[in-house]
Amino acid sequence: MNKVPNNRAWWLVLPMLALVAFSAIVPLMTVVNYSVQDVFDANTRFFTGTEWFVKMLNDPALQAALARQFAFSLTILAIQVPLGVGIALLMPKRGWRASLVLILVTLPLLIPWNVVGSIWQIFTRGDIGLMGWSLRQIGYPYNITSSPLDAWVTIVLMDVWHWTSLIALLCYSGLQAIPEAYYQAARIDRASRWAVFRYIQLPKLTNVLVIGVLLRFMHSFMIYAEPFVLTGGGPGSATTFLSQSLAIMATAQFDVGPSAAFSLIYFLIILLVCWVFYTAIMNLQKDRQGGARHD
Amino acid sequence: MAEIRLSQLAHSYSASPSKRSDYAIEQMDHVWEQGGAYALLGPSGCGKSTLLNIISGLLVPSQGEVRFDGVMVNELPPEERNIAQVFQFPVVYDTMTVYDNLAFPLRNVKTPEERVRERVEEVADILDLTDRLASKARNLSADEKQKVSMGRGLVRDDVAAILFDEPLTVIDPQLKWKLRRKLKEIHQRFAITMIYVTHDQLEASTFADKIAVMYDGRIVQFGTPRELFESPAHTFVGYFIGSPGMNFFTPCIDGDNILIDGQHLELSAEMRRSLLDARERSDNLKLGIRPEFIELAEDGTSGTLSAVVDHCQDLGTYSILTLALNQARFKVRVEEGGLALSGRVSVRFPERWLTLYVDESRVEVAS
Repeated sequence: MNKVPNNRAWWLVLPMLALVAFSAIVPLMTVVNYSVQDVFDANTRFFTGTEWFVKMLNDPALQAALARQFAFSLTILAIQVPLGVGIALLMPKRGWRASLVLILVTLPLLIPWNVVGSIWQIFTRGDIGLMGWSLRQIGYPYNITSSPLDAWVTIVLMDVWHWTSLIALLCYSGLQAIPEAYYQAARIDRASRWAVFRYIQLPKLTNVLVIGVLLRFMHSFMIYAEPFVLTGGGPGSATTFLSQSLAIMATAQFDVGPSAAFSLIYFLIILLVCWVFYTAIMNLQKDRQGGARHD
Repeated sequence: MAEIRLSQLAHSYSASPSKRSDYAIEQMDHVWEQGGAYALLGPSGCGKSTLLNIISGLLVPSQGEVRFDGVMVNELPPEERNIAQVFQFPVVYDTMTVYDNLAFPLRNVKTPEERVRERVEEVADILDLTDRLASKARNLSADEKQKVSMGRGLVRDDVAAILFDEPLTVIDPQLKWKLRRKLKEIHQRFAITMIYVTHDQLEASTFADKIAVMYDGRIVQFGTPRELFESPAHTFVGYFIGSPGMNFFTPCIDGDNILIDGQHLELSAEMRRSLLDARERSDNLKLGIRPEFIELAEDGTSGTLSAVVDHCQDLGTYSILTLALNQARFKVRVEEGGLALSGRVSVRFPERWLTLYVDESRVEVAS
């Protein structure tokens, strides 16, 4: 083979660069621009430096929202990951049952966020909602508009209903990729069901689970429409998450400067968490390989 | 340690088999004796893996019995059969170390840890894995992984037999040879019954004392490599074993005269009688002779056939000549010097190497 070094090929990257600039870099820079200014009207603005950032970071309401946001994301991950893996393990491997279950499992994923919120809003109503009505019938004073706990549990439940399928589907595809010989070898080695899961299935699922956890983290950290429709952030601010706080600030109060600073902080948090998580997992795997080379 | 007896065994993947082709394995009786090194040789799709999976218990046969030392095990799952099986693609538990991999089958039955250590170290020593014991299994090369899979079979001292399902497919050629020798060594040391499935005749004959050749769901011959070579019991064995395979001719009987491709073939009275007898029973007659056993003769010597050299393939220390009688082509293996041949030559088919096949099966020549 004859490879000719030709740096003119870099010009071919130019269209892509322009596209990315207009779709991502330019909008982001606009936000950066707003975040360091105090804007009164189209002609009046002052440079504020890091003032907005400091203010946002010290805002108790936002700190509370951030804490709630982390609590929420960690809760749904703690439920959805094991549950999704469990469902994937129980799903039929082939035949018409597999197709049917696959469709049923996929259904919640196809419903728009707003609609999910509405469905659950009706579902939990005390007068006509199946869940709300039933719980009251058995004596539990269920009310998501007055009890923060009820509101919380309901939102977590809703998210689990909506998104566990994603983890289940990812794991299902991961499980399908395990060659039959592994299971046969395990039977011959007289491995228990648990050992098969622990030493064959789980290791083979690591990669899809990393993707699944990342997707679910990012997604849940940005959750907006569902709690907004279901509880409107209440009771009080019990279920007000970060994006709702941001939306109120930016669109209702029109505080462009603080919202921009807040957006950037928000964005950096997601980026940081994902990066730390991904790097940690990759290092874990590299360590295993590195360790082997030394001995 | 066990003798494995298959009686009246047949298997079909379809629920209600009606015709012969529905069967992956046609009804058979077969005995694998305790301590033997066997190969199960055949082309892809002949049912050899099916048979192996029936023995290990991964498949339940549609009919017939599998007996280990006389005990019927048909219904027993693999975990209760004390069988080890090594698969085509190495199966290791990625996240475990080599040590834990080898210890896995023992720990699953709650073997005391000192006994585990003893066994694992012994097996690692045999397989030259001692210095890899602490490595994660995922970092091993393909041949080391395959050794680990074998090792998991060897650590168990209750193993009745070890089954190998084309275990060297993914191994580099130089290492194949080493691993095969290792297997042989292990067999001699432990006297475990070993059944080795392969489609490579060289692999089969270097590993096994006796080879079962499978074709189309049947074991068509069970014998030593030499027997398979010298007297194939089925035309398929003749064709499959040896490189190139056996030559076959359709004899034409014209009164007392036996013709192959229009030329007179001189045969003994016994052979002629067998041929005539056979013709009464079937129209499907074949005479087979190996390329190695055909002799080149001086022109015009009596009892020879006249053939034309079609082409010659030089394989270094020997050559393979392709000759034609009239239409029928056949191959002859000649040692060095065959290259110079061209044009018309005389060949002789020594009768002791001529085999008669009726309906594809060998018929002893009555004496």
